Amino acid sequence: MEVVRLRVNGDERVCGVPAHYTLLEALRYGLGLTGSKQGCDKGDCGACTVIVDGRAILSCITPVWEAEGREVRTVEGLANGTETHPVQDEFDLNGAAQCGFCTPGILCSSVALLDRNPSATREEIRTALAGNLCRCTGYEKIYDAVEAAAARLDG
Amino acid sequence: MERNGSGAAAADGSARAAAGRAEQGGEGSSLNTIGRPMRKVDGLAKATGRARYTDDIRLPGMLHGKILRSPYPHARIVSIDTSRAEALEGVHAVVTGRDMPTSYGIIPWTPDEYPLCLDRVRYIGDGVAAVAAIDEDTAISALDLIDVAYEELPAYLDPHEAIAAEGGPYIHEPRKPGWNGNVTKVVKLEFGDVDEGLDDADIVVESDYFFEGTTHTPIEPHCAIGLAEGDGRLTVWSATQVPHYLHRELARVLEVDPAKVRVIQPPVGGAFGGKSEPFDLEFCVAKLSMMTGRPVKILYTREEVFYAHRGRHPFHMKYRTGATREGMLTSVDAEIVLDGGAYASFGLVTTYYSGQLLTAPYRMPAYRFHSTRAYTNKPACGPKRGHGSVQPRFAIEVQLDRIAERLEIDPIELRRRNFIGANTRTVNDLRVTSNGFLECLEEVERASDWKRKHRRLPYGRGVGVAGSTYITGTNYPIYPNEMPQSGVQLQVDRSGRVAVFSGASEIGQGVDSMVAYVVAEELGVPLEHIRVLAGDTDFTPVDLGAYSSRVTFMLGNACIEASRKLKAKVQGAVAEAWEAKPRDVLLAGGWAVRAGDTGTSMPLREAFNLAEAKFGTLGATGSYNTPKDVHGSYRGATIGASPAYSFTAHVAEVEVDPETGFVTVEKIWIAHDCGRALNPVLVAGQMEGSAYMGFAEALMEEQIFKSADQGREGLHNAPSLLDYRIPTSLDTPALESLIVESIDPEGPYGAKEAGEGPLHPSIPAIANAIHDAVGVRMDSLPFSPPRVWRALRAVEGKAPAGARAGRVAAVGVAQ
Repeated sequence: MEVVRLRVNGDERVCGVPAHYTLLEALRYGLGLTGSKQGCDKGDCGACTVIVDGRAILSCITPVWEAEGREVRTVEGLANGTETHPVQDEFDLNGAAQCGFCTPGILCSSVALLDRNPSATREEIRTALAGNLCRCTGYEKIYDAVEAAAARLDG
Repeated sequence: MERNGSGAAAADGSARAAAGRAEQGGEGSSLNTIGRPMRKVDGLAKATGRARYTDDIRLPGMLHGKILRSPYPHARIVSIDTSRAEALEGVHAVVTGRDMPTSYGIIPWTPDEYPLCLDRVRYIGDGVAAVAAIDEDTAISALDLIDVAYEELPAYLDPHEAIAAEGGPYIHEPRKPGWNGNVTKVVKLEFGDVDEGLDDADIVVESDYFFEGTTHTPIEPHCAIGLAEGDGRLTVWSATQVPHYLHRELARVLEVDPAKVRVIQPPVGGAFGGKSEPFDLEFCVAKLSMMTGRPVKILYTREEVFYAHRGRHPFHMKYRTGATREGMLTSVDAEIVLDGGAYASFGLVTTYYSGQLLTAPYRMPAYRFHSTRAYTNKPACGPKRGHGSVQPRFAIEVQLDRIAERLEIDPIELRRRNFIGANTRTVNDLRVTSNGFLECLEEVERASDWKRKHRRLPYGRGVGVAGSTYITGTNYPIYPNEMPQSGVQLQVDRSGRVAVFSGASEIGQGVDSMVAYVVAEELGVPLEHIRVLAGDTDFTPVDLGAYSSRVTFMLGNACIEASRKLKAKVQGAVAEAWEAKPRDVLLAGGWAVRAGDTGTSMPLREAFNLAEAKFGTLGATGSYNTPKDVHGSYRGATIGASPAYSFTAHVAEVEVDPETGFVTVEKIWIAHDCGRALNPVLVAGQMEGSAYMGFAEALMEEQIFKSADQGREGLHNAPSLLDYRIPTSLDTPALESLIVESIDPEGPYGAKEAGEGPLHPSIPAIANAIHDAVGVRMDSLPFSPPRVWRALRAVEGKAPAGARAGRVAAVGVAQ
């Protein structure tokens, strides 16, 4: 067991994890933040995507100690208190989450994109989500949602 | 409180507006909730990470399980020694097939599997033993300490070889002496005189097709938790799409009183048919918990999901299709070999579906199919979105394209001419009611600008069309019984809230939301006052599961029935208070309003309270069962029968690089007759998701297994999401949904299915578009660059110089 200190969604957290744990395992099993999902455990599907220092990264292939001293943001930390992030709200309005399993990762990729480029175009959104597999939607409704959120954030 | 006078008018303006709509004649125009874009009941939970999937659940003292899997495609188990694993610190229990020696199978007539193999393994990945330990790492270590002695048997990877085998050892014991144990099922059916139809035809088109196997790959791997308690109760949480069937099989196989078994289905992270029967992990977590007294969880690795499979069967198909000079079909003859993998799964049904579901939307005067499902030593195939009918649909729609080309008829026009119509029977005696296929064709023709594009785009670019039909639920449950296929229970509390207890399985298709929309529509309750409590066999009525596109139609009708029973009570109580007729009490927008006197109204909560005072605690049940006069009486006639059929047409536009064979699908226009779109956003989502999945099968996905000369015969070549390529956002074409509403006479508000039908035409539309682009017929899936490149090289040299001429020359070759 190793003790790691993580700053997650604004909270300073300390947890004991096996030395080989990934950031995803530390979040899910160490901290109980089960919003980030495990779909493949080897960086293929993107369901585990979280935001570290503003960048969308794959937490299932990130050793937990690499996240120490950095700002980690997960799907649980996207809302501002009780106010959901516009991307979350637009996901609901546009039917962008069907089974919802890829959704946390896609939201994190989207928020990372919009944080650096609030006026992202549909094509830029499409490119930014290339590392997140969705098996339900055919992606159209996801683009609709992120585009609508961009309009709200940029407007 | 009764409100009168102008003072109330502003406050209940929305009620009046809603009631006004409710008063207008005709169901379509009077709908308040149905037909509008609305939020999903679980949309925000899923968008905030709060939705708790099976693997998100941790129970106190929970153990973690792992399953040891066969390294051989076909072998006898000589012995299993688990003693070293049991002795490992941290291991609490080990089970083998001997601990659960009762066979099962989702289809009651073909129970050919065991929770863990008894004495024979039949594919690489077949489960042999399972361990429960304090954590996953310990469980994985313990698997290495289980000693299994195998005696290898010859493996069958090719279905034709399996069928041709004479003498054992077969993959399964023959059901009768002298039979071939490598054959699951043979179906031969003929309707009308096929040979005469072919003889009388002006042209006969004959081709062979191969549909490669593909798998579902939901992003959530299968996961289950078992909890056996001291009083004999057993609870299993599982990412399943059939909690009721799982409930039955757990009880039967583990010999537990079904009244003590509880199956809970948390939100499921995608299924597509891949979670529609019991799997080894569900039996193992239950058994291991019964042995240890502690909760046990098993989560498949992604690799294991590929072994669990139950995906699309590879089909080897031969079609002969006759037509008149005018393009009218005279006869269709099909011979099909299905590659079933190691177990029957739904294969009996798949074998029927391979032929039964092809008989619309086109009229076929004569039709014959002869389908044989073979066992092979590969992961078992089963139902994947569009179960059993996506493969023959590919073939017949390419056949139609060939006929259109030979006769120089526009392929959309050819399909129009053969339209079977509404309110009719198919050649195999399936009852068809509503049918919006012509509108579907019209929509894709218009939206894609077909007339300007087909046969007119420059070489390398083309458009293709295809149509299809699909069932809206199966007419009969998997195990014979007369009980309803779907049930729901409503309960009203004093706050005005309505709780809906639904046994249906939310797998992302939006069924929980559909339930809420229907109840909101019928009772006039605001959506936010409806709680849908679903997927728990302890307190929800039986629904058979999320398969065969049955849920909206069946559960939707059950919800209408329950809501209307409840509504009658509320109307009765309020009518008494107002001294009005019950039918003049309208429920809409959160209010009870008097018809013709919208100044007289009360909040629904008060109306519910009045009803509770008059009738006692308010609740109602509703259920749905299928009509039984919708099919013929021949053996097999019930398979393929459905209370309603959906219809779809696609146009795909492609760009083919003749140098590399790389196909880019630019866009797919999807027109789908869903009867009525209860929520158009969700219907479009199903249409787009379907077309995406079909596109993926057309161009990218294939299940490949190593052959003997590659070493490790029967090993899945690519059990990962990197190597088994599913489309990313950058691979996926633009998708445009065009909803067609034919308003089915028996569907809830006229609704039919939307979740599976729209997948079918993607594949043949793309094949036909490739032909339009470069003049080659792609009859084997997937249309990957090497295959397209080879097809192009095969016609090279036969084509005169010049791009346009190349197209013309290839047409001749393709016949």
